[in-house]
Amino acid sequence: MVTEPILELNNVHAGYGKINALKGISLKIYPGEIVAIIGANGAGKSTTLMTISGIVEIQQGEVKYDGQLINKVAAEKLPTMGLCQVPEGRRIFPRLTIMENLRLGAFYRKDTDQIQKDMEYAYSLFPILGERKKQHGGTLSGGEQQMLAIARALMTKPKLLLLDEPSLGLAPIIVQQIFDIIKKINKEDNVTILLVEQNANLALQAADRGYVIETGEITMEDEADKLIENPKIREAYLGE
Amino acid sequence: MEYFIQQLINGLTLGGIYALIALGYTMVYGVIQLINFAHGEFFAAGGYVGVIILGYCAGKGIMETHPWLCLAGSFVLTMGYCAFLAVGVEKVAYMPLRKQSRLAALLSALGMSIFLSNGLMLTQGVFDKPYPGELFDGTLFEFGLVSITYLQVMIVSMTIVLLVVLNILVFKTKMGMAMRATAQDKTMSSLVAIGSNRIISVTFAIGAGLAAAAGIMVGLYYGSVRYDMGFIPGIKAFAAAVLGGIGNITGAMIGGLIIGMVEIFGAGYISGQYKDVFAFIILIAVLYFKPTGIMGENIDDTRV
Amino acid sequence: MIQEFKKTWKKYTIGMLWVLGLLWPLLGIHPDGTLSFEKTFTVWFYIFAGTFVFFIIYLMNQSGSLKFFTTPVSKAWEKGSVFTKTVPTWVWLLLAFVLALIYPQFTGRYAQDVAINVLIYVCLGLGLNIVVGLAGMLDLGYIAFYGVGAYSYALLNMHFGMSFWVCLPFAALFALIAGCIVGYPTLRMRGDYLAIVTLGFGEIVRIILNNWMELTNGPNGIMGFDRPGIYLPNFENGFFSMTWEHLWLKKLHLLYYVVLALAIVTIICIHRLNFSRVGRAWESIREDETASELMGVNTFIYKLLAYAMGALFAGMAGAFFSARMRFVSPESFTFLESAMVLCMVVLGGMGSIPGIFLGAAALIILPEVFREFELYRMLAFGGVMVIMMLFRPEGLIPAKRVGTRSEEREA
Repeated sequence: MVTEPILELNNVHAGYGKINALKGISLKIYPGEIVAIIGANGAGKSTTLMTISGIVEIQQGEVKYDGQLINKVAAEKLPTMGLCQVPEGRRIFPRLTIMENLRLGAFYRKDTDQIQKDMEYAYSLFPILGERKKQHGGTLSGGEQQMLAIARALMTKPKLLLLDEPSLGLAPIIVQQIFDIIKKINKEDNVTILLVEQNANLALQAADRGYVIETGEITMEDEADKLIENPKIREAYLGE
Repeated sequence: MEYFIQQLINGLTLGGIYALIALGYTMVYGVIQLINFAHGEFFAAGGYVGVIILGYCAGKGIMETHPWLCLAGSFVLTMGYCAFLAVGVEKVAYMPLRKQSRLAALLSALGMSIFLSNGLMLTQGVFDKPYPGELFDGTLFEFGLVSITYLQVMIVSMTIVLLVVLNILVFKTKMGMAMRATAQDKTMSSLVAIGSNRIISVTFAIGAGLAAAAGIMVGLYYGSVRYDMGFIPGIKAFAAAVLGGIGNITGAMIGGLIIGMVEIFGAGYISGQYKDVFAFIILIAVLYFKPTGIMGENIDDTRV
Repeated sequence: MIQEFKKTWKKYTIGMLWVLGLLWPLLGIHPDGTLSFEKTFTVWFYIFAGTFVFFIIYLMNQSGSLKFFTTPVSKAWEKGSVFTKTVPTWVWLLLAFVLALIYPQFTGRYAQDVAINVLIYVCLGLGLNIVVGLAGMLDLGYIAFYGVGAYSYALLNMHFGMSFWVCLPFAALFALIAGCIVGYPTLRMRGDYLAIVTLGFGEIVRIILNNWMELTNGPNGIMGFDRPGIYLPNFENGFFSMTWEHLWLKKLHLLYYVVLALAIVTIICIHRLNFSRVGRAWESIREDETASELMGVNTFIYKLLAYAMGALFAGMAGAFFSARMRFVSPESFTFLESAMVLCMVVLGGMGSIPGIFLGAAALIILPEVFREFELYRMLAFGGVMVIMMLFRPEGLIPAKRVGTRSEEREA
C-alpha cells in the first residue's frame, strides 16, 4: 500500500530577492512520520520551512501539501488547511497573555466549544501554562515560551506541524520535555512532524527519517537510525 | 484659580480631540511602521464632509426638527466616508511599497498628504467653510469665571464614548486581538491564519474614522474648517502618539490629553502666539529622553 | 493585450468607483438641501478619461504592443549612453560650463529669472543631498536653514550696513550654528522619528520668524535692504591710478552670474566632500550605522557634520535669495518648500549631482510651462511624488550605489 505524501517538495529554488538560498530541494513527508532536517547554520533549514509556509518566495519548483499545489497560496491560508509552523525563536506574542496567544491559534476556527476543549487540552499538556493563563507572553522563560508556541500551533488543529529549532537556547531538561511532548502529539493526535534542528543528535533520535541539507541542497536522506550510525554524519554533525 | 479650572476644561476638550487623531497614527505605525502623513488629511476630510452633511440637513429643514439625528447621522456618515477614503489610500499608495525602503513609503505618504489636501481645496475652495453655529450654542454651567459650554460637554462625552468603544474593540474582541498580534509580530500572525492585509485595512479604517470624528468636533468647536487644517494638528497628534509610546493605544489617549493640556496652558500662561511650538518641544524632548514613550511601544520587535 | 486587461480591469474599475464615491459627497451635497450629480460626473469623467489613457498605455506596454515604439527608443538611448561614456567627463563639464556662461547672452529676462530660481534650488538640493543622500538622514525641516541665511543677510544689512559678500560667510555661519542646534538632540533618533522632529524644528523656526516682531517684523517681512554689489576697477585715470567703483548688481544677468558662481562653488565642495575621508564615513553610516560605529567611526560627529554642512549651503543660498528679492518674509520658508527640495533630491535621483539638476529643473520649469494649470500645481506635485515612489523610487538619474541601507533591508 502506497500512501500519498502529505508534503512534497519538488526541485524547489527559493530565496530572498536575488539571493538563492535553496537550490533545488526535493523531499517527501508521509502522514504520521516524524522527519528531521539537519544541517549547519545557514545551510537553509529555516528557509525551507519558511518557503513551505509561504513566507519566502518560491523561485522555481513545486510545493505540494496533501496533493495540492500550494506555491501561490497565501501564508495565512495554510493553517486553515492544517499546515502550521512553530518558527525559530519561539515568537509568541509578547504583549498578549498566554490565554490570548492560545486563542489566536484558533483564530480561523469557528467551533467555540471545541476551541474551549482544545485550550483545556493544551493546559493539560503544559500545566505550567495553565497556572499562568493571564500572564503576558513576554514574561515567560524560554522553555515556557516554547511550550506556548507549540500549544498555540496545536490550536490550529494541524495535520502537519513544522518546527524550527525547538531546542534552541533551552536547557537540556526542558528540551527533553519538549521532545517528549512532540513525540506524544505525533502518536496520540496523529500530527505529522517536520522538524529542523541544529542539534542533530536530538533530532535524529526523535525522528523516523532524516534529511541532511548543505548550502541549500539536500545531500543525504535516510532512516534516522541509519543516519546516526553513518560515519560521515557522526563526524560532521554528531561531534565525533 | 478659576482661570486655571477653565483652562483645565479647555485642555480636556482639546486633549480629547488630539487623542482621537493620535490613535490613528499610533495604530497604523504599530502595524506597518509608517508615519501616515496623510492622516491629517483624513481629519480634514472629516471636518469637511461633516459640515457638508450638517449643511444639507439645515437646508433640508430637518436640523430644527431632529438636531440629534442630524448630528449623529453626520458623525456616522463622515466616519464611514473617511474610512472608505483611508482604505483606498492604503491600497493605492502604501500597500505596493511594503517591500520597498522606508523612505519610499514615507515620501509616498507625504505626496498623498499634499495630494489630498489640495484635492480638498479644489473641490471645496480655499476659504474657511463655516459650521452651522446654532447647533450647540449656550453654556451648560457657569461658576464665576468658569464656564462649560454645551459644545465642550458634547465633545468630551463623544470622545469618551469613542475611546471606550475602541478599547472594547481592541482588548475584548477577536479582531482586536488579531490587530494587537499583527502589530507585535506580523509574520507570526500570518502563521496563525491572521491575514495581515485585512487587519491593516481595518486599522486604517478605524484610525481614519476616529480622525473624522475629531474633524467634525474641531469644526463645531472652532466654527469652521479649512483645506489645510490637517497639517499642524497632524504633527501635534503624532507627537502625542510618540509621547504615549508608538503603537500603544492607551498611550495615544494619554499622550493626546497631555499635548492638549500643554497647549492650552502654554497658550494661557506663557504665550498665545507660540502655542504650536509647545507640542513640538514636547515631541523633541520625549524622543530625546525617553524614545519609547510613557506607556512603552507596541510594535514589531522582531523586525528592528 | 486582452489578457493583461483581464488581469487588471477589476482593480481599475474599483479604483474609479472609489474616486467617484469620494468625489460625490464633496461636490454633490449642497447646503440648500439638494443633491446633485452633474458636477460630480463631469469632474469624474475628466479623471476617468485621463487615467484611462494612461491605463491603456500601461496595458500596451505590459503586453508588448508598444514595442514598435520603445525598442528603437531604447536602442537609441543605449547608443547615446555609450557615446556619452566614451567622451571624457571633463568635456561634458566644460561644455556645460560654457553653455551656462553664455546663457544670459541670448535669453530674455523671463528665462534668466527661471534659471536663477533653478540654480538657487540646485544649491538647496545639493545641500540637502549631503544630509539625505550621502549621510542617509531624512530632513523635513531643511528650509529653516535657508530662512536663517536669508534673514541673517537681511538683518545684518539693515542694521549694520554690511555688504552681501561680507554677510555671506556670516549667513553661512548662522545657518551652520542652527544646523548644530537642530542636529544635537535629533541625531540619536531613528529614521522615522528624525523626519518628524526635523519637521517640527522647521516649523518652530517658521513660527518664531512669524511671531518675533521686534527682530523679524513678523509676517510683514523685512524689505529695503541692498542687493549684492561689487567693486570694479576703474581705469579712467590711467593704469596706475586705479580706483574702485561700486556697482549694484541690478541687472538680472549679473545676478545670474552670482548664483551660478555660488552653485559652482557648492558643486565643487560637494564633489570634494564626496571623495574625501568624510564622504567615506558618511557612506558607511548610511549603509550600516551600527557596523560603522563598531569600526570606530564617530557616527554622531559625522552626522552632525553632515547636518551642519547641509545647513551651511542652505544658508548661503538663503542669503542670495533675500539679496535678490530685497524682501524676505516667513511665507517663503514653509514645510511645503522643504518637501519640494526633498522631492527634487529624491525624484531627480538621490545622491547624484546630475539628478539634482534634473530635479530642480523639472520642479521649477514644469510649473512655468503649465502656467494655466497653476491651480492644480500642488495636486500634480503630490500625485507625482506618489507615482514616482510606486514606479521608480530610485529617481530619474540614480546615483550608483553599492548595496542597500541596513534599515531598508526588511526580509
